[in-house]
Amino acid sequence: MRKCSLSKLTDLFQKINESASLYLPATDNAGGAVYTKWADGVEYLDVLNTVRSPKDFFFPQSENLMEFKLKGKNIEILDIREESEDFVIFGVRACDVKSFEVLDRVFLSEPVDSYYQNRRAHAVIISMACMRPADTCFCTAFGIDAAEPAGDVSAWKTECDLYLKANTEKGAQLLAKLSNLTEECDDSEVSPLQEKIRNIMKKLPLEGISLENFGKGKTKEYFDSPLWTELSEACLGCGTCTFVCPTCQCYDIKDFDTGSGVIRYRCWDSCMYSDFTKMAHGNSRNTQVERFRQRFMHKLVYYPENNDGLFSCVGCGRCLSKCPISMNIVKVMKALGGEKK
Amino acid sequence: MNTVNDTLIPVLGVITDVRIDTPDVKTFRVVTPDGKKAFDHKPGQCAMLSIPGVGEAMFSITSSPTNTEFMEFSIKKCGCVTDWLHQAEAGQQITIRGPYGRPFPVDTEFKGKDLLFIAGGIGLAPLRSVINYCRDNRADYGTIDIVYGSRSMDDLVDYKEIVDEWTKDTDVHVHLTIDREQQGWDGHVGFVPSYVKELGFDTNKTAIICGPPIMIKFTLDAMIELGFDKTQVYTTMELRMKCGVGKCGRCNIGAKYVCKDGPVFRCDELDELPDEY
Repeated sequence: MRKCSLSKLTDLFQKINESASLYLPATDNAGGAVYTKWADGVEYLDVLNTVRSPKDFFFPQSENLMEFKLKGKNIEILDIREESEDFVIFGVRACDVKSFEVLDRVFLSEPVDSYYQNRRAHAVIISMACMRPADTCFCTAFGIDAAEPAGDVSAWKTECDLYLKANTEKGAQLLAKLSNLTEECDDSEVSPLQEKIRNIMKKLPLEGISLENFGKGKTKEYFDSPLWTELSEACLGCGTCTFVCPTCQCYDIKDFDTGSGVIRYRCWDSCMYSDFTKMAHGNSRNTQVERFRQRFMHKLVYYPENNDGLFSCVGCGRCLSKCPISMNIVKVMKALGGEKK
Repeated sequence: MNTVNDTLIPVLGVITDVRIDTPDVKTFRVVTPDGKKAFDHKPGQCAMLSIPGVGEAMFSITSSPTNTEFMEFSIKKCGCVTDWLHQAEAGQQITIRGPYGRPFPVDTEFKGKDLLFIAGGIGLAPLRSVINYCRDNRADYGTIDIVYGSRSMDDLVDYKEIVDEWTKDTDVHVHLTIDREQQGWDGHVGFVPSYVKELGFDTNKTAIICGPPIMIKFTLDAMIELGFDKTQVYTTMELRMKCGVGKCGRCNIGAKYVCKDGPVFRCDELDELPDEY
């Protein structure tokens, strides 16, 4: 493990930024934090969660996939893919690091999504332990330890020091570059901090969430539950939950006529939207109840069934704080019996 | 980077022939610009066709894999992409990617079986691929029965091929029906499910049903009434798709994705899925 005085943090960012673009949470000038490309003067903002999750780095809200040139009856297909820059994401919370695994299972399974893979391969992730978990946090339910975040490098921040520990080859290479700014220290130096974090986690209001009743083989049990109607009654179908969610990955593919050609792009979509499944002969999910049910069934039952029990939720709490009608996955889980007895 | 293939990036196709099948169905013959088949496929699989600027949509490949020269798509005019295709002429380039989906088990469960194909309307499109595959590999299968119904005789897709080729095969029995009486039609009149019951097939057959959802539902009921087990009956499903490889999330039903786990399903497998299709 290495440590670095917080007074040298700017030097550290400077050094990282020399070999790869550095991104970190900084103020969005609206009270929240947003991942920002670091430059001299950009301050690291140590808030719990960025408003938008870091999934944007690998699965951006919109990205161009290819271009077409049209001439009479002829078409030319242009492969516009480019090698991603090398980049480092600093300050990713344990829950968000876990979300990359959830996304990897989708985009890196055969046939591999080359757009996602390219960016993933060029990224180094420096996570950050959560010194002040919030009331909306429930990552522990998913086996995530906020005191021991994963990533290529794990980081802990105290009043005066930043501790860094490499978990992967990529992480070790990065730390090697920072050796002049850091000094060796014992892993045990962060132990008191970890204990403090774990103690806070135990006392959080959502500590009682249990996944025991969810996962593989639960489709029949929950699909026809009368509770969906009541739970979804006030849902506006705005899709905010899906956009702030670090694991939601449904997308649309659309064409844009530039005047001199066509750009085919991919953008985030939401199962909460009425035209998500609408096709010429009808819509398989006509009502908001069905769409609402789909989102939670996918996260709690369908996804785990296809991914060795891994849930498509990491307990980051973004949907809890952003839903305009205060509906969220925790309320759904509780209603369906997901509380520790 | 550019050397890595990505399934979302299509190849070019050229429409070399457009056949008018019915007032709202046309069959498009597609090859690559150098005159070859774009890719190999198995019966029941699909391909994404697109016209840049209009959109991309999934279609079942109507031609049999045994056709090594070209692919065919029988397409009903019913939306943006299909409207555009219907006004396209020979020589028009399009884009194509695939093949996608789980095919009919022609090399396993269907082998050596007596086959009963039941289609309604445009539902013949995906079945034509497997019917012609079985006709071309005749020794591998038992008898073939085909029940096909449409609104009117003008709405029967591939009518010429059915009459000129299928009905002339030995051990291939074609049973056509149309919904209402029509001048010039001396065949059977009535809906497919009741015609199936009327014909009363041997329950040792393996059946494949494709058509509008309501037709599939009632035909399956008729089959059960005749004594068939759901494990002997196959069907195909259709939901909105964008990626074709189980990632975009659209065609998700339960833990399945119709684009990659289907479109072919055995009817007992459908019982495992939530009723949402």
